[in-house]
Amino acid sequence: MRTVCAAAQASLLKSIQQNVATKQQSAVEVTQAYLQQLKSVEGQVHSFLTVNEERALAQAAAVDAAIARGEAAGPLAGVPIAIKDSICTAGLRTTAGSRVLDSYLPPFDATAVARLKAAGAVLIGKTNLDEFCMGSSTENSAYQVTRNPWDTARVPGGSSGGSAAAVAARQCAAALGSDTGGSIRQPAHFCGVVGLKPSYGRISRFGLIAYGSSLDCIGPLTHSVEDAARLLNVMAGPDSSDATCSKEAVPDFTAQLQPAGALNDKCLAGLRVGLISQTIGEGVAPGVMGAVNGALQHLQQLGAEVEEVSLPTFDLGLPAYYVLALSEASSNLSRYDGVRYGQRASDDAAARDLRHMYANTRGAGLGPEVKRRILMGSYALSAGYYDAYYKRAQQVRTLVQQELQAALQQYDVLLCPTAPTPAYKIGEKSSDPLAMYKGDLMTININLAGLPAVTVPCGFTEEAGVQLPVGVQFVGRMFEEASLLRVAHVYEQTAGVAGSAQPQVVAGREQLVAA
Amino acid sequence: MKASALRQGQCVVGQLFTAAHRARVQPDGRLLRASRATSQLAASHTPAAELVAPTRRRICQAAAAAAAAPAAAAAAADTSVAQEYEAVIGIETHVQLLTRTKAFCSCPNQYGDEPNTNICPVCMGHPGSLPMLNQEAVNLAIRAGIALNANIARRSKFDRKQYFYADLPKGYQISQYDVPVCSAGFLEVDTPEGVKRFGITRAHLEEDAGKNVHGGADSLSGSSHTLVDFNRAGVPLLEIVSEPDMRSARDAAAYGAELRRICRFLGISDGNMAEGSMRCDVNVSVRPKGQEQFGMKVEVKNMNSFSNMQKAIEFEIERQVSLLQAGRGAEVVQETRLWDEGRQETSSMRTKEGLADYRYFPEPDLPDLEITEQQIEQVKASMAELPVAKRERYLSLGLPKADVLILADELATADFFDAAMAAGAPAKAAANWIMGDIMAACKERKMGMDGLAITPGALAEMITLIEGGTISGKIAKDVLPRLLDGEGNAGVKAFVEKEGLVQISDESAVEAMVDAVLAANPNQLAQYCSGKTKLAGFFTGQVMKESAGRVNPGLMNKILMKKLAAAAAAAAEAA
Repeated sequence: MRTVCAAAQASLLKSIQQNVATKQQSAVEVTQAYLQQLKSVEGQVHSFLTVNEERALAQAAAVDAAIARGEAAGPLAGVPIAIKDSICTAGLRTTAGSRVLDSYLPPFDATAVARLKAAGAVLIGKTNLDEFCMGSSTENSAYQVTRNPWDTARVPGGSSGGSAAAVAARQCAAALGSDTGGSIRQPAHFCGVVGLKPSYGRISRFGLIAYGSSLDCIGPLTHSVEDAARLLNVMAGPDSSDATCSKEAVPDFTAQLQPAGALNDKCLAGLRVGLISQTIGEGVAPGVMGAVNGALQHLQQLGAEVEEVSLPTFDLGLPAYYVLALSEASSNLSRYDGVRYGQRASDDAAARDLRHMYANTRGAGLGPEVKRRILMGSYALSAGYYDAYYKRAQQVRTLVQQELQAALQQYDVLLCPTAPTPAYKIGEKSSDPLAMYKGDLMTININLAGLPAVTVPCGFTEEAGVQLPVGVQFVGRMFEEASLLRVAHVYEQTAGVAGSAQPQVVAGREQLVAA
Repeated sequence: MKASALRQGQCVVGQLFTAAHRARVQPDGRLLRASRATSQLAASHTPAAELVAPTRRRICQAAAAAAAAPAAAAAAADTSVAQEYEAVIGIETHVQLLTRTKAFCSCPNQYGDEPNTNICPVCMGHPGSLPMLNQEAVNLAIRAGIALNANIARRSKFDRKQYFYADLPKGYQISQYDVPVCSAGFLEVDTPEGVKRFGITRAHLEEDAGKNVHGGADSLSGSSHTLVDFNRAGVPLLEIVSEPDMRSARDAAAYGAELRRICRFLGISDGNMAEGSMRCDVNVSVRPKGQEQFGMKVEVKNMNSFSNMQKAIEFEIERQVSLLQAGRGAEVVQETRLWDEGRQETSSMRTKEGLADYRYFPEPDLPDLEITEQQIEQVKASMAELPVAKRERYLSLGLPKADVLILADELATADFFDAAMAAGAPAKAAANWIMGDIMAACKERKMGMDGLAITPGALAEMITLIEGGTISGKIAKDVLPRLLDGEGNAGVKAFVEKEGLVQISDESAVEAMVDAVLAANPNQLAQYCSGKTKLAGFFTGQVMKESAGRVNPGLMNKILMKKLAAAAAAAAEAA
């Protein structure tokens, strides 16, 4: 059999780590290079809310010093990573994109962040997002609108839009996002990067500012599947600070990832792939469908058996998701009351009592989309409506979960587009919340079921003369990220899409790491 | 004068403070001063103007109205009132659990520390923080469930109870809504009318809130700001809800006292009502006797002792009955009333206009609470003796019921009594000493029996020395204060020997002392011999005095009487 060796996407994280570990390039040099790139494109992309320059350099220097002392280099030694601003970083401003947390300094690191740091990663800064992760375009940030590096007139997706844009624009080697209904995968699709939402409970939520607690997941946004696996290796595993974090054993997620040269042309022989029928019909942009079909054909060429699988409950997920996520959100956001931390409405005459202090603080501190969701969630939980909304939505969730699990008995992975369209123009949907919510159709069911899913670049579509990336979504069995990532990796290494083009803003500046 | 003014002032502050939702009276300068240092963290500018003033107005109006009604009832007070109407009482008790750490974080569960020192990101509700359930709290809930003869749910869950208040860090309280950890139990209480069984509807786990302290003035009404102390936020509570099975204030007080005893005996809670680690909310309604349907229910709060609880319920029953009798039944409305200890009356705090909507939903941050058979067995195996079992055991020792109720009332007393018996003291003698001199000393020193230095072993030894004739009962009574301070802990016998307190029981020694007294008092002896036999008491006293009380009274008496008789006979013969 012949080996396929397309323009394979090498592991950037591995290169950096090896360079730093062998002192070919110091962590400080790597960090400086990324900081320079960060600053040079930030005026176009607006992906960062806080740049952690001084401390990043100090962290990098500490990594170099440890290596100089002969200590073993961590698995992420010297890797500059950006963190979505909904994830707590000790002493480093964390706003969740909201005015109500404008100057909030968390007293602790999220477990995921602490594990990255312990592995030698360098925190380069905090990225923009939709306020409290509520949105799909990053336009709901209280601070700035992040631009898509492929076309700065377009949105980067959301809510982890800042992280996806920062990775695409080479402002960091990798980034953390969070995914409640698609917030990692959809921006990965919009920005042409890899986005992994692990199984619910695979990575501790401790330190992730809660939106929908039963759905929220932290995950990586990277240049390659292998990079995502490397980050997952570091972050996954039980945590004594999160009761919902799984005690499931953590394998080496890179173990099944073979280098491109070792893959033969039938390396997916026997793999059963289910294409979710409900995601390929009307309403999916032809350019998106074309790229996804290309991916399907490629998988078939590698020996996979691809079939359509119909999930009749699939369309029920969207309303159920919005009831559950918003109910939980309405409760999770009650704590932003101005009493203990964060912004409090000024002590003027209007704030003459507790009720007014709450109203003024929350009125000024929370944005319109957040208020809309708090209102809807509070309504769904109100006496007399609970059974009709929350309880019913939980029942639907169970059905969706059962159906997806049943399909995954039949198929090794499920496949579908990540979103119906490529990146749209800034302002195009921001006045129509319902249209925005519908864009989550292809990702939210995966959160309802708690399953792992990864979006991988699968092609491009031309919109108004601009090349926009498209990502295909692979869905795996619960806690079987290892085999999910293997399939995604094989596809990525052989399809020749990843790395085949660069976004506008990085043209000519691809090489940040010594080869 | 000054003291009573102060007390009254405290009551006002306390009541208004409670009016702002939570009953924790502590008008305490230390707290306020300390809070200022942490005000950046936990100050909130507040309700002073709007929340407080109207509340106070309501209380005053209601108090005036309420005061009139019972006065009329008291005037017409006769037993017919009690015969026509029947009270229906149910109690909700919040019990702070005696865990080392809080319910969902590892902060110390400790009362009385400097404000905002026992706090962390979790109990302060910081963004991104998550609760981790304290299994110790679950075990204490199971223990309470077993003691209350309740069903222990093998699978239950936590829910969020949502409302906004400055002392509630997350904007919701983690509680249990529809699947409590314990349900359908009962408590048996020994009352003068016999043993009564009161149903327990449920007991569920939840977290406590912080504490608001209003500042800027001596009383809340003029306060300019409110400080919040979050040390209590997240402390584990067990809320125990009774069935409406009680029919009198005495029933209710007896239920509360037995519940408190169970909590204390089993180490579930320290049950300290004054510090708020046990808080009772009482639902009171009245109905004509024979009527099936309940009357309108009124909630009464803010009682810091069971005697206050009893008085508050008695007041409330009378108030409601007199309104019904006066044809003003419509004025009995569903409301929350506070007991005002200073005025000895209840007054309206807030009227319940429809039920508050707490928007309960399952807590997504905590998995279902699973309790295994093994866990229940382990809790059972580690359980101390229940108060009822202790009482039965004491009765079986032949002690009178009155003694048993006293000895088994407080754990420290019962433990002392048991230890004294284990050290060899006979039950009745130990009981008498404990219930007599020792309890009196405790009362005087304002401490429990566990606060005394004396060991139960020392008491047992002292009793042995009395019964063996080594010391007299009188000597024992005299030296007990020193023994209570622990002076005899190294050995009571050595102590009384060293102090020269050992009883003189040597016949010849006593005889010599008697002879000396008779010889020293010839006049009295002569009078005795001439018929004034009442003087025998004089001689007894003299001998006692000479021996510094150490002479064996029985022996001395025998010898003295023999000598006196001989002297009298000799005198008669001589005459």
